[in-house]
Amino acid sequence: MSALIQLNNVTKNYRRGKEGIAIFEGLAMEIEKGDFVAIMGPSGSGKTTLLNLLGGTDRCDGGEIIFDGERIDGYSEGQLAAWRARNVGFIFQFYNLMPVLTAAQNVELPLMLTKLPAKKRREHDETALTLVELADRAKHKPKELSGGQQQRVAIARAIVSDPKLLLCDEPTGDLDRNTANDILRTLQQLNKEMGKTIVMVTHDPEAARFATRTLHLDKGNFAEIAA
Amino acid sequence: MTDFDLIRKNLFRKPLRTVLLTVSIFMAFLIFGMLTSLNVALNRASETGAASDRLIVSNKINFTQPMPIAYVNRIAAIPGVTGVTHSNWFGAYYQDQRASRFVGFAVDPATYMVLYANDIRLTPAERQAFIAERTGVIVGKALADQYGWKVGQTIPISSNIYVQADGRRSWDMKISGIFTGAKPTDSTTALYFRYDYLNETTTFGRDQIGNVAVRTASPDLNDQVAKAIDATFANSPYETSTVDEKTFARAFLKQAGDLNFIVSMVVAAAFAAILMIVSTTLVSAMRERTKEIGVMKTLGFSSPRVLRMVLGEALMLSTLGAVLGLLTSAVVLAGLSKSPAGASFGDLSMSPGVAVAGLALAITLGLVTGAIPAASALRMSIVDALNRR
Repeated sequence: MSALIQLNNVTKNYRRGKEGIAIFEGLAMEIEKGDFVAIMGPSGSGKTTLLNLLGGTDRCDGGEIIFDGERIDGYSEGQLAAWRARNVGFIFQFYNLMPVLTAAQNVELPLMLTKLPAKKRREHDETALTLVELADRAKHKPKELSGGQQQRVAIARAIVSDPKLLLCDEPTGDLDRNTANDILRTLQQLNKEMGKTIVMVTHDPEAARFATRTLHLDKGNFAEIAA
Repeated sequence: MTDFDLIRKNLFRKPLRTVLLTVSIFMAFLIFGMLTSLNVALNRASETGAASDRLIVSNKINFTQPMPIAYVNRIAAIPGVTGVTHSNWFGAYYQDQRASRFVGFAVDPATYMVLYANDIRLTPAERQAFIAERTGVIVGKALADQYGWKVGQTIPISSNIYVQADGRRSWDMKISGIFTGAKPTDSTTALYFRYDYLNETTTFGRDQIGNVAVRTASPDLNDQVAKAIDATFANSPYETSTVDEKTFARAFLKQAGDLNFIVSMVVAAAFAAILMIVSTTLVSAMRERTKEIGVMKTLGFSSPRVLRMVLGEALMLSTLGAVLGLLTSAVVLAGLSKSPAGASFGDLSMSPGVAVAGLALAITLGLVTGAIPAASALRMSIVDALNRR
């Protein structure tokens, strides 16, 4: 396997009032194509910041972020937006679906950034919703769906434009055990059968067991734990 | 799904809020449409029929004060004057003083029909009948249609100024003709009857006239003739003020105040209030959706595209309220034009200019009210937006 993501000597600082807080000081990591990586660690260890850097929704202060052989850390905001639309699918803890849109319309959102005609978009919508077993809920609004169903819609939205990378921020943090396991099995299926590279931040060791490897982040540094 | 669909769905996510905002914008544009059209109609009415070679002589104190009828011949003798006639405001109404008031003048038929031949269109037979019949009256077509009057009919016309010797306020008048204007849009809601009929029967104001209309040999002579007329009657008990017809009409309208100023102030006040209400509500609505905007940006929607959507929402809201307000005012104005009260203002219908100005105002309102939330959406960082509770 070749590397999909490389972080070389990445630094990231935050300011809290007049105080500067270093989150990462020379962080390095590599994620192979087709990997399913779980990132664990205590609160404040930098898990979500790392996810933001990998997804291009935040910028590092130093070092390199290379995606599929291309440096993205120097991209402008517009370039990053276009890059995210092409390459990254996001799954959030609280689903973050648009309440005014139906499930199908939520799934269609990333396709609005492509030049696909309406008919093709509908076909992609149906495929993605079928994949997460929610084709029969296409016309339902988020408030008419259970938490697990909403997260499935969010997964369909994340994969509909066929990105190489899926970033999941505590995707099961708001779900009961059984529903969480269903969601994790779906992610596992996407990884194994469709070859999606997945990076998942989680507090839950049970969830981490679904990944192929687990990285433990503490005070800005990694310690790898065997899957 | 298109950006437009997304804008529309976001706008109506809280239907009650959107309806209330639309109603407030609707009210502002209803006021704008009504008042601006009324102002345009009044300005147009003041210029309708105003000829450049006609002057109006009235009492220097005020045009409601009388002048002696002897002035007519003295004015006619002034060099540069080629025609003279006179008129008295009658304060006319038909049956109901409150509901059926209209413009009515007592005039000298022979000379009035010469000076206003282009503005009061009659058949030669009607014109002759008016000059010949002592109780004759000519009525505008709109007025005749309103009351169903026909030529040859005798109608009782009352005055809120004059009284007959027997105490009656009503004069029986026989319709000699029904006139039209020079243009189809000219107001035809007035009537003219004979001054000699009024002068013989009234209990006061005999041999007195309201104003004198003068035709000059050329508009270039207007100033010179006006000065000569006013000089002729200087230091007399009835000093005069002579101005061209347009100036007189504007001065007449200004009796009700500076309408341009009043309309501008009322419209500005309405829009200032709406601006504050809509801006505040949109800012608050956008704050509620901070996280959603963060998600859209995360998915790859660029900041300029998000800005356009937020501005689009404000524009859609303002345009919706504006179109409803302007349409309603156009319908109300059309109805008013046909009513007795509205007809006296002439053509009240909304002009294309007012409609275009209204739409331009709607776009400005949308851009201004959407500016703050749109700028905030543009600047919003994804990390901050997603972390907001």
